[in-house]
Amino acid sequence: MGIIEHIGRYFLLLKDTFSRPEKASIYWRRTVEEMDLLGLKSLGIVALLSFFMGAVITIQTKTNIDSPLIQAWVVGFATRQSTILEFSPTIIALILAGKVGSNIAAEIGSMRVKEQIDALDIMGVNSAGYLILPKIVASMFINPFLVMVSMFLSIFGGYVAGTASGIIGSSDYLQGIQTNFIPYHITYALIKTVVFAFIIATVSAYQGYYTKGGTREVGISSTQAVVYSNVVILIVNYALTQFLLI
Amino acid sequence: MIEVKGISKRFGTTQVLTDINAVFQKGKVNQIIGKSGSGKSVLAKCIVGLHVPEEGQVLYEGHSFHDMDRDEKKMIRQEIGMLFQGSALFDSITVMQNVLFPLQMFGTMSKSEMEDRAHSCLKRVNILDKDRLFPAELSGGMQKRVGIARAIAMNPKYLFCDEPNSGLDPQTSILIDDLIKEITEEFNTTTIVITHDMNSVMETGENIIFIHQGRKWWEGSKDDLLNSENKELNEFIFAGGLMRQVKKAMTGRS
Ligand SMILES: Nc1ncnc2c1ncn2[C@@H]1O[C@H](COP(=O)(O)OP(=O)(O)OP(=O)(O)O)[C@@H](O)[C@H]1O
Ligand SMILES: [Mg+2]
Repeated sequence: MGIIEHIGRYFLLLKDTFSRPEKASIYWRRTVEEMDLLGLKSLGIVALLSFFMGAVITIQTKTNIDSPLIQAWVVGFATRQSTILEFSPTIIALILAGKVGSNIAAEIGSMRVKEQIDALDIMGVNSAGYLILPKIVASMFINPFLVMVSMFLSIFGGYVAGTASGIIGSSDYLQGIQTNFIPYHITYALIKTVVFAFIIATVSAYQGYYTKGGTREVGISSTQAVVYSNVVILIVNYALTQFLLI
Repeated sequence: MIEVKGISKRFGTTQVLTDINAVFQKGKVNQIIGKSGSGKSVLAKCIVGLHVPEEGQVLYEGHSFHDMDRDEKKMIRQEIGMLFQGSALFDSITVMQNVLFPLQMFGTMSKSEMEDRAHSCLKRVNILDKDRLFPAELSGGMQKRVGIARAIAMNPKYLFCDEPNSGLDPQTSILIDDLIKEITEEFNTTTIVITHDMNSVMETGENIIFIHQGRKWWEGSKDDLLNSENKELNEFIFAGGLMRQVKKAMTGRS
């Protein structure tokens, strides 16, 4: 299948996914389960990663701009800006594509090869809607929270690393992270996050839903889910940055 | 009643089914028999619309499934119960939840009525004590039985069972055969059973179709079966010594 056919089939799958649910209450219950599974279960890795990411940004910024001409607070400022604008929304999305995306593709893919999707279809259930829609809604709802936690912990990580190693004073850092704060940057980051969440859930679900064969193919789908989600995220990130920031 | 008219199905370049015509009667256990790989499961999937045949059509009470719109197809499917060859139980939920699933999705019953219904289905397949386990914790034969319980939960008008008694011991196998027969007669169901178990063919078969290399090779009742002159059919049914003895006892010929 060529790329055009894949894109066409992807949009047809989306159309099925968003067609009328059989029973709203069941979809809602599934969405809450998915929030737990896709969102809260990723909190640990997101927190850990963000803390160390912030720490490294601070140390690197300091070592790169170590000049008497540049004021001390700039390190805090730079940490905050790179965290909010890029690191938290994009890096966390890439990490979630790896963790959540592979999980979605493997789950749906193994349901496909074990004929469980056929079993849903045979009952008259809209299998695409039932399996995929809750994952999309849950990801788009929960990922912004994960990213906000990430922002906070990254900036906090920078503070801890900066003050513990003595490269920046506590008050300089705190001054830096409050300087020239533009609330729109948070909005921008959250818009990106929601779009990325949609990409992760749908691209991965697509890979899983059209798995053919057996367990080996489920593995392949799962890998492709991560690769394609990442590629699409990077391209869309570029487009959104251009569109929203300039 | 389900009618199949001139169905052919290919996968890539391999022709799996060729020009199959058949009528599956209401209130009867219709059986599809044939060797492994002859195309039985593919035929069943063509009938329920999981595979789209290149040629031919399937009529449900005279209405072509292919020509129905999405909502009409959905309505038909809510009247279909299907046991898959590999059971296809949802493995992230328990046995009980599997049987409840179609009831919750489409039923109009109250919660306790649904639970009663699921219980009685599990009881009929003799597996009530396993209701809290997950499918992976069951043996293959138990999974089959849960699959049957899920298939009959909605009192389907059309019941498809792909090898309902493979992997079952003779005793449980007879229990399942009897259950399928009972349900078919009780609710006037159009039942299609795929099997290569000659025991259940002799037990429940009323309208039997023999598929050979993707073609309908023979059709008849279980009484015709023993007297058939069809070479491939005879090779199939008399492959085991037991059936030869049955024939001898019943007809005096070998
Ligand atoms: N999805 C598929 N893609 C390609 N070929 C298939 C597919 N499903 C079945 N086939 C082929 O169709 C043929 C018939 O398969 P089918 O599953 O209908 O056999 P069967 O009669 O049910 O056999 P068994 O008794 O072993 O279950 C086989 O040769 C199989 O390789
Ligand atoms: Mg089969």
